[in-house]
Amino acid sequence: MKLSTASAGTKLTFFLSGELDQHAVRDAARTMEMKIEASLPRDCVIDMSGLTFMDSSGIALVLKTYRRMMELEGRLWVENVPSQPMRVLDASGIERLVPVTELAGKE
Amino acid sequence: MKYENRMRLKFPSRSVNESFARSAVAAFIAQADPTLEELGDVKTAVSEAVTNCIVHAYPDGIGEISVTCRLFEDGTAEIRVSDTGRGIEDVERAMTPAFTTGGDDRSGMGFTIMESFTDLLKVRSKVGRGTTVIMRRRLGRRKP
Ligand SMILES: Nc1ncnc2c1ncn2[C@@H]1O[C@H](COP(=O)(O)OP(=O)(O)O)[C@@H](O)[C@H]1O
Ligand SMILES: [Mg+2]
Repeated sequence: MKLSTASAGTKLTFFLSGELDQHAVRDAARTMEMKIEASLPRDCVIDMSGLTFMDSSGIALVLKTYRRMMELEGRLWVENVPSQPMRVLDASGIERLVPVTELAGKE
Repeated sequence: MKYENRMRLKFPSRSVNESFARSAVAAFIAQADPTLEELGDVKTAVSEAVTNCIVHAYPDGIGEISVTCRLFEDGTAEIRVSDTGRGIEDVERAMTPAFTTGGDDRSGMGFTIMESFTDLLKVRSKVGRGTTVIMRRRLGRRKP
């Protein structure tokens, strides 16, 4: 899995790509935590457009980020979710907490 | 029901093998002509079951994981994921959405996902002996 970050003003965006499973989630969670603590963003976006696979480890990652952003009185979105990760997010009911948008076009 | 084909994998509970296990099962069931969605669902369910062996069954070391897959004449795939690890004390409770004994890198949604991505899910477990998860999914029901 690959993780890259873009920061613009008070907004922090994480771009995830590759396969997000238990093997990959620990490093990703640690890096995202560090980036959030470094910039204390008001708005945070997790962009999943590059993910080719995700299991429930991805739900834990979104939930962890959500809890931190709530503590910071900020907001979190999950954007550009491809179809397989979308089915996992759907099954988890996480959309009740975090706004989720599907990847447009393709598939 | 008669099965047409079968395979068996055995590997140590290292987390790099999560991706190996789900990809190997996906490659095997491809012969049943699954849709992309079915393939994704089976991969996800296998990833959850194998990850549970790695994280929960053998928390302090490396143990053996076995994955078997059988394909039946009607296009049903049956996948069994077994460990000889710690076992589950209360299976019903473990299967409750959001229940986890893991840390905050776990969501407690593994069994919920296995359940919603398969047609049948059975969990057999004995404390100190291990756990077997049996999943069935009908494949290749695409419209002509
Ligand atoms: N193979 C296993 N061996 C021992 N315990 C398990 C096993 N699989 C699941 N469990 C138990 O069931 C709980 C729920 O599993 P799951 O729904 O996959 O959520 P998570 O893995 O996120 O904790 C786990 O936290 C663990 O206590
Ligand atoms: Mg799990």
